[in-house]
Amino acid sequence: MTWYRNAGTRLLLNSRVSISSEPLSSNKQSSKEPQREPISPYSQAANRTNRIISLFRGLYAKPSSAIGTTIFLIFLTVALFGPLIAPYGVNEQIAADARQPPSLQHWFGTDNLGRDVFTRVVIGARDILALAGLGTLLAVVCGTAFGLLSGYMGAWFDEGLMRLFDSLLAMPALLLSLLLLGILGPSRSSVLIVIVIVYTPIVARVVRSVVLSVKTRGFVEASRLQGESIPYILFREILPSTLPALTVESALRFSYAIFLVASLGFLGVGVQPPNPDWGLMVKEARVHVFQIPWAMYFPAGAIALVVIGVNLMSDGIKRVWQKSG
Amino acid sequence: MNTITKDQSPTLIIEDLTVAYRYGDLLLDAVRDFSLQIAAGQTYGLVGESGSGKTTVAMAVMRYLGDTGVVRAGKIEFDGRDLLSLNTSEMRQVWGAEMSLVPQNPLSSLNPSIRVGEQLSEILRHHQGLDRETARVKTLELFRMVQLPDPQWVADSYPHQISGGMRQRVLIAMALSTTPCLLILDEPTTSLDVTTQASILDRMSELIIDLQSSILYVTHNLGVVAQICDRVAVLYAGELVEDAALEDLFRMPLHPYTQGLLDSVPHLGETKDEVQLGAIPGQIPALGARPEGCVFEPRCPLAIQICSQRPPIISTNNGRKVRCHRWEEIASGSISAREIPREFKKEGTEITLDQYENEHGDTILDLRDVEVHFPLRRSIREVIITEPARKVKAVDGISLSLQRAQTLGLVGESGSGKTTLGRAIVGLVERTNGDIDLFGISLPPALSRRDFKTLHQLQMVFQNPEQALNPYLSIGASMRRPLMRLAKKSRREADKEVANLLKAVQLPPDYAFRMPNQISGGEKQRVAIARAFATNPGLLVADEPVSSLDVSVQASILNLLNELQIEHETTMLFISHNLAVVGYLADVIAVIYLGKLMEVSRSQDLFKPPYHPYTEALLSAVPIPDPSIQQGRIRLKGDVPSPVNTPSGCPFHTRCPHFLGDICVSKKPVWQMDANGNRIYCHIPVEELGAKQKNMIKQE
Ligand code: SF4
Ligand code: SF4
Repeated sequence: MTWYRNAGTRLLLNSRVSISSEPLSSNKQSSKEPQREPISPYSQAANRTNRIISLFRGLYAKPSSAIGTTIFLIFLTVALFGPLIAPYGVNEQIAADARQPPSLQHWFGTDNLGRDVFTRVVIGARDILALAGLGTLLAVVCGTAFGLLSGYMGAWFDEGLMRLFDSLLAMPALLLSLLLLGILGPSRSSVLIVIVIVYTPIVARVVRSVVLSVKTRGFVEASRLQGESIPYILFREILPSTLPALTVESALRFSYAIFLVASLGFLGVGVQPPNPDWGLMVKEARVHVFQIPWAMYFPAGAIALVVIGVNLMSDGIKRVWQKSG
Repeated sequence: MNTITKDQSPTLIIEDLTVAYRYGDLLLDAVRDFSLQIAAGQTYGLVGESGSGKTTVAMAVMRYLGDTGVVRAGKIEFDGRDLLSLNTSEMRQVWGAEMSLVPQNPLSSLNPSIRVGEQLSEILRHHQGLDRETARVKTLELFRMVQLPDPQWVADSYPHQISGGMRQRVLIAMALSTTPCLLILDEPTTSLDVTTQASILDRMSELIIDLQSSILYVTHNLGVVAQICDRVAVLYAGELVEDAALEDLFRMPLHPYTQGLLDSVPHLGETKDEVQLGAIPGQIPALGARPEGCVFEPRCPLAIQICSQRPPIISTNNGRKVRCHRWEEIASGSISAREIPREFKKEGTEITLDQYENEHGDTILDLRDVEVHFPLRRSIREVIITEPARKVKAVDGISLSLQRAQTLGLVGESGSGKTTLGRAIVGLVERTNGDIDLFGISLPPALSRRDFKTLHQLQMVFQNPEQALNPYLSIGASMRRPLMRLAKKSRREADKEVANLLKAVQLPPDYAFRMPNQISGGEKQRVAIARAFATNPGLLVADEPVSSLDVSVQASILNLLNELQIEHETTMLFISHNLAVVGYLADVIAVIYLGKLMEVSRSQDLFKPPYHPYTEALLSAVPIPDPSIQQGRIRLKGDVPSPVNTPSGCPFHTRCPHFLGDICVSKKPVWQMDANGNRIYCHIPVEELGAKQKNMIKQE
């Protein structure tokens, strides 16, 4: 073109172009083609409620995730309204009623000190869900921040952080927690710190792997060429793409956190008596398992049920989101 | 091209085949009423764009449809047997022994943990009952037959150790190992470079003649079809629209879609000054949204009232089939979808390249000895003995200049460094050496060191439109951002500008509110182009902007780029592996090989001798969608050397057909200039080159 600096040719060419290439989607066409259903739940990013509704619809479409979600919702309700549901005081000892099997007065029976097991399981739900939930939340926030930075920055920062995380991950979670608690001393806040330290690396790895695949995509590079700041790129451009994987991972981490809190309680290094911690209750009742088995079975059952429930639910979330791409 | 034995009964008969896929409770037809007959020894091309159902047909014949695919109606007869009634164990007899498939992706079709030779021997032992030793000998023989270099080494390698071209040859050897009577090739060369593709296609057409197998060749590439097929069936949106002998189809396409398809690809040597590409408006309808009447009606320039009824497939008296109400008028020449004159005249006086660059040009971008070297990871041993890290020389000393409003086409095969060079210019990778001047001001290598004014002037269009837009932001939000950030516009001004930009790329303004997953690939690329033009950049780097789009959509994008570039007087670096596309759009073409430039020519001269020996090989390898064109035949041996150990002297010396001997190995060539100011990087003087070379493309 430039060889013939001739306006005539150009104009001619110009007009031809505009004549021959019609709009790709003229109105004529869009009316003909029925509007495609939005494929993914995020297409209505603006409409968050819609997204949640469609997620729940997906979860209830399959029995396993429906059961898991229901279990979780029941425990959540119990945790929220615990004191309203519990018939007795947590540490209220009725000596006369000690070692009662389950009955109408004491649905789950009583323990050797005459405390109502049902009450303690109900109140314990609040404790354990709050502790595990808060711990998971903090771990997810830290993990996401580290994962985003590490994946995006790359180079020595990524290298250093990942080696550190690898060494943390090399130890079994329980062993690492015991070590940390040995240093921090047993208490509720120690357990919280432990959850954060144990799960941050795992979350960071998941986020990082998504960042690595997203950061070379055109839209991220385009925003770099627009001179966007790193926080903008990380949080506006990249973060949304990590959300599906992050949500699934968080739900899974949450179920393991519950398990971890209970395990630590059971080992006597976590939440301390007389708090109604499920792990602790199992530990205390273990001695009397042949005389008052209900005092052990109910809290143990609660642990198992909530862990399975959350696990099934996270599987369900994964399925729903994978299917919708 | 090869012999068709007419008196034999057809090897494969497909009659009124309808195949549907299950989507939840819905059954959507992917292929409707498809019929085809392949005679013994015939090579049948099945051509279509993505979503045309061509692969579905191939898979239905192989009975590989999977759980969601259902054959709703029709008959597939293979060698006198009704294929659809066979059970799996009977099919197992057919698979491999009588019918084999060469799939598109060679890596996923080979077992990564078994040596390549072993995988082929196993087939031989299973199907032909050979013992270990004979199978091994036969394996090597087959490898030799598909011209694998060093068969013994290949046989002892694992799939990841050999190149893509070699893998594809291995798969062809596997498919041929049982001398099947029907061979189905599903885009076997699509993922390969042109030079590799050319030599594989060559070997394949020779083998076809030797073996007398029938072949169903599935592809989207009309050039490849023209090279090896006898007869072609064109599929559109799941329907057979045209079926004709190769020469007939290219000489006189009867269906408007075929006509459009042929016009939408630039031919080698055609430039934008001479020809206007015919874009087919619109896009292929989605599976659930196919029109009731003629499937092509929404896009057909010849559509009339009757076209809202589905046309039947009509057999014409000269053995062709076409599905169009108006085929007779088209055949008689009274109407045609090819209204655009293919030729228009050049005006103005020609000036040579060096004159242009030195005297007339207004240099926008100047590259001097630009290098991008990536250090490789060192092993612990290498760190201890402090061996310097080895480097991938992606871009290895490139000097170029771009003038105002000029399009420079950068063409090269995969691994040539063309994309890296583009990215180094915009700053997405940092150059390790050399200077880049934009408007005479030196550009810092790192993106973070460039100021807003520079960013404003440099924009890029990326290869993959699917990844070009953030899936979580609306189109409007994506486009608004550069306007607000770089052009410092207020939200309201930006929104107004977005509407204008959408109009400029021929999209309706309400697209601003759509999410990326609600628009098609071609439309995404339009939005990406609009975003790149939003800041009215001085230089636009377009990295393979059309290579992942369907042919019928490509043309409109190329036209759009051309139009916007002229309007904005933007300088463009157009990067592509497709010589025909580059030749069409660019004013100047730079050929790159192993991170080094081989030739810089005006586009109208690139297709005439003298050319660099590498350019010559590229030109002879490009499949041309026109069987009447005679193409020179130069095939390169071997693969592209690794960019870590680039050959000494001339980087092309390991494969050069004009190799001179020691001087090419020991001494770096110098740049030579021909009469038109074009530059060639070779030891052979240009006059001598010109005398040795013939025109690569000749009309018969
Ligand atoms: S039937 Fe009508 S709409 Fe269809 S291709 Fe022919 S002319 Fe076009
Ligand atoms: S310098 Fe030698 S090897 Fe290189 S292209 Fe020229 S003839 Fe071929």
